Amino acid sequence: MALESIGQTAKVELPRPRGLTGVVADWSSDQRSFKSASWGKAMMWIFLVSDTFIFSCFLISYMTVRMSTTVPWPNASEIFALDIGGKRIPLILIAIMTFDLITSSGTMAIAVNFAYARQRRMAALMMLATAFFGATFVGMQAFEWTTLIREGVRPWGNPFGAAQFGSCFFMITGFHGFHVSMGVLFLLIIARAVWRGDYDRGKPGFFTGRKGRYEIVEIMGLYWHFVDLVWVFIFAFFYLW
Amino acid sequence: MEATENNAAALAPAVVARPGDQERASVHGQQHPIALYLLVWVLLFVLSACSYLVDYFNFQGELRWGLIVLFMLLKAGLIVAVFMHMAWERLALVAAILTPPLAVLVFVATMAMEGDYTRATRTIFFGSAAQSHVEH
Repeated sequence: MALESIGQTAKVELPRPRGLTGVVADWSSDQRSFKSASWGKAMMWIFLVSDTFIFSCFLISYMTVRMSTTVPWPNASEIFALDIGGKRIPLILIAIMTFDLITSSGTMAIAVNFAYARQRRMAALMMLATAFFGATFVGMQAFEWTTLIREGVRPWGNPFGAAQFGSCFFMITGFHGFHVSMGVLFLLIIARAVWRGDYDRGKPGFFTGRKGRYEIVEIMGLYWHFVDLVWVFIFAFFYLW
Repeated sequence: MEATENNAAALAPAVVARPGDQERASVHGQQHPIALYLLVWVLLFVLSACSYLVDYFNFQGELRWGLIVLFMLLKAGLIVAVFMHMAWERLALVAAILTPPLAVLVFVATMAMEGDYTRATRTIFFGSAAQSHVEH
């Protein structure tokens, strides 16, 4: 697996030290520090760290207003319940959304595997499945928003309790849903390129003259798994707490 | 003598191909058995079901938030380690990515104090009004 972008010449490489010695050796090597990750992957990770801080700020502001209000907080378990077969099941919509997003993460991980195995049709199909589950998630979220807006939930108040519930809900789930939507678009674009065999031919992607590589599928996957990761925290803190 | 040399020659490629040595600089592709991904997938399903059941059975108090946080951290760990391949990256990247978010915990602590304080002042200054509202 030659990496033309880094310009390494073929040579016998000694195994790099591991553990903390490895960290020091990598950072002091007077070369790139991330030996196991290309620049593309490292940049996606750094973007995800910044995104972590954004979502952290949202969840922390939610925590602050929920702690400081003297009015009882609305019971998410009841608000997000659905009537199924005449029985009212608490929080069921959110549970289905969670399983849907986990499933999409699973298909994404498998897509990365197929991409590195250069089975481009299977990789593209798995990415399309991921995009489908992502779009389903956004659809369920649209349903959830519609239901809540009909019930009178607004960013400035709601019939169930503390007024801050609405603003937190729309801000946090809205920003997450936006991430999912952008992920679906990103998935469709990459899936198309994979299906056409762009990365077999090394066709460059956007805004670059560098050769396209199947690694883009893994980088795309990092973003997608991150969206799933954020949902894990939103599910725990906003819906279950 | 010759036999040992042959043995050494036979062993050499095996030593080079040790899984830990994947971390050498030129190897970037992350390919792992699909069975592992399926296992993690199932585990995430089970953990999500568990955290849903915490709500379904309506656990309250410390048991509730303890279980929620436990299942949440296990899920997050599985996603980051396996799906995002952190378990196979070198420590230099792992440390650079996973340590900075720990600063968020300090932010959580300061804002928790702030939230407590705001609640206390609200109770002191608006407490009588809230009470009279309840009495009506």
